[in-house]
Amino acid sequence: MSRHRLLFTKTGRAVYISHLDLMRTFQRAFARASLPLRHTEGFNPHPVMNFALPLSVGTASVCELMDFDLLAEPLPEDTEKRLNDALPEGVRVLKAYDSERRFSEIKWVCVSVRLEYDKGLPRDLTARLRALYEREEALVPKRTKKGTADFNITPHIGALTILSQSDCALIFEARLSAQNPTLSPALLVQAIELYEPDLKPDFAAFTRLELLDGALETFR
Amino acid sequence: MHTRVALCFPDTYEIGMSNIGLRILYAIANDMPGVWCERVFAPWGDMEEEMRRDGIPLYALESGDPVFMFDIIAFSLGYEMAYTSVLNMLDLAGVPIRASDRTALTPLVVAGGTCAYNPEPMADFIDLFIIGEGEEVNSELITAYAEARDAGLTKEEFLRRAAKIPGIYVPGLYDVKYNEDGTIASIEPREGAPYPVVKRIAEDFERAPYPVKTIIPTTEVVHDRTALELFRGCVRGCRFCQAGFAYRPVRARSPELLAEQAREALAFSGYEELALLSLSTSDYRHLGPLCDALLDYCTPRKVSLSLPSLRADNFSVELMEKVQAVRKTGLTFAPEAGSQRLRDVINKNVTEEDLLNTCRIAFEGGWSAVKLYFMLGLPTETDEDVLAIAELAEKVLQVWKKHAKNKNRGVRITVSTSCFIPKPHTPFQWAAQVPRDEYRRRVELLRGAIKSRAITYNWHDPETSYIEAVLSRGDRRLGAVLERVQKNGGKLEAWEEYFSFDRWMEAFRACGLDPDFYALRERSEDEVFPWSVTSVGVSRAFFRREWEAALGGAVTPDCRVQCTGCGAAALLKGGRRCDE
Repeated sequence: MSRHRLLFTKTGRAVYISHLDLMRTFQRAFARASLPLRHTEGFNPHPVMNFALPLSVGTASVCELMDFDLLAEPLPEDTEKRLNDALPEGVRVLKAYDSERRFSEIKWVCVSVRLEYDKGLPRDLTARLRALYEREEALVPKRTKKGTADFNITPHIGALTILSQSDCALIFEARLSAQNPTLSPALLVQAIELYEPDLKPDFAAFTRLELLDGALETFR
Repeated sequence: MHTRVALCFPDTYEIGMSNIGLRILYAIANDMPGVWCERVFAPWGDMEEEMRRDGIPLYALESGDPVFMFDIIAFSLGYEMAYTSVLNMLDLAGVPIRASDRTALTPLVVAGGTCAYNPEPMADFIDLFIIGEGEEVNSELITAYAEARDAGLTKEEFLRRAAKIPGIYVPGLYDVKYNEDGTIASIEPREGAPYPVVKRIAEDFERAPYPVKTIIPTTEVVHDRTALELFRGCVRGCRFCQAGFAYRPVRARSPELLAEQAREALAFSGYEELALLSLSTSDYRHLGPLCDALLDYCTPRKVSLSLPSLRADNFSVELMEKVQAVRKTGLTFAPEAGSQRLRDVINKNVTEEDLLNTCRIAFEGGWSAVKLYFMLGLPTETDEDVLAIAELAEKVLQVWKKHAKNKNRGVRITVSTSCFIPKPHTPFQWAAQVPRDEYRRRVELLRGAIKSRAITYNWHDPETSYIEAVLSRGDRRLGAVLERVQKNGGKLEAWEEYFSFDRWMEAFRACGLDPDFYALRERSEDEVFPWSVTSVGVSRAFFRREWEAALGGAVTPDCRVQCTGCGAAALLKGGRRCDE
């Protein structure tokens, strides 16, 4: 049973750290911070760490959650500072706390999507995007453990808000189903390529902003 | 800050960051006032393609500044197959490849590392080589460069001065003449340059810098761990092993210092693995007490201890239990040859009894996987010697059947062979490599002789070994070949994905050089070698005695039994003695 939880951000160059590498990075940061993690028993012991929603390489986040278990109790008051002193650039712990809530309660993840167009924004971009994501059906091939299957993304998109707009970039926020099923923000861009090919951006970047439960309340 | 050094490793980040030498030299340079040393690695092909397309020159990792802006561009040469990567990195940096095309003092292109013991194939490209260990001479070189630059010296003026620093080889100051048969007639130093250039060492190894605060990669590298260097050099005298001679004399660190270094480095890094490095870790005199001290620290912190380079003849139950205390890893031994006769020829003083005894201990202790490394094509090898490898593996299997604690888990015995490559500064420097077809015939012979399904046989293709053999003992005429291979896309050739045998053969043809001349030819006793220009401190007479002893199947005792007067002890001054 994990007892403690971290809220942390992963931004800047740290977006290129893969999930597996991030686990190793945290394992070493805990050791450097003299916060010994409890290890599993058995033949090949490994530290007890559990990430809420593993993040794709290239996606930033300001709302990552990770559970962990220390050898000693209780959670030291300066845990945040000790970890931040030991973590690499781009990974920052905002809060260390105890939580009883289970990660399975997470229903939504709010994501900001930045679409870049080197030659300027296409006409009617926002209206056409809204129309695309409000369709009854937009099938996108999704990789699963069993292979590739067509996946209808639109039922799993909640609110969509335009955050900012400039000559060459549009940033909007979307509320996406976090798990069962997981809607990766990359599929939003894939849908553009399939259904509105002339709106295909030259570059797309994503940042996780917030995790919500089924009642649309912030999950911690 | 007055001097910027780009420490370049001609392979990927994952390989380079695993290299303890790079970490040591990086720390030493950055400890010098006014010096900023950064790391540079070879990008993988896809990254290089993007860089070339967007006109991004090769850059250093810390500042992101292009390499051409640096004062000194320093390459680590640890493997011959990385030579084309050196050229490719210079090209990607926008720096002229040939030393003669770089007329200004800055940037100065230097190189060191074990391959520099035969610097000749790279002589056209490198302004100066550092021969031996860099701990002391690197700082002397950086200081001399900074003084020369501030005094407004030309490149030629500086190089003449640098050649006076012990351990520095300036290839441009030597004229090489050839005989009609292609062998070297003479190597003549000009302007007072030394001949030979004797290697430098860290004489006081106890006080030699060991960086406890190192960069911790956030991406997984090949050896992702804290590494302790127990000692340099080796008391064994395996006749094929360049490192065994090139790192002489033997210099060890005290167990107290090592334990302290381990504690500090682990606390700083948070690593979960500690490796004890040396050429033959079980030969460390204080291994037992050291392991005990380390385990006191490591066990409660779940840090595992790994001991690469164990010998099969002094592996003990106690040692095995220590390695096992935290996590169990596979066991690897390198008997190198299958028959006792051939092991005597190469002076690998390991008997069949030693090996089987070690395997019995391991199997009784619950291990169920053993890897055995061998070379094919060693001097004097016969078919009987080849078949003896299969017999030895079969005997290991029988030991398992008799002594394994738990037979339900099965056993995995892996036999690997590679093609022997004669190396400079070893007793086998006179030897011929076997032709590739002959190597393949021996592989098939061995393959047919291994019957049990519990024994897996892996073999390396001989093509890379052949090119490596050419470059290992090559002369400076090979510069044209290297340049052509790089121009035709050669880089990262230590990787199967990038190695092209045909590209090499085409380049040899185009340059009018016969690679067999370098790889397959046995040298005459008094031939002037390209690497005669450097000295590792071990005398040619000693190597020759050892070569003749090898051909006679006579073994030479290790240095602890009897000093054989190799000459390396003379590198120690100030009253220190070898292997104290």
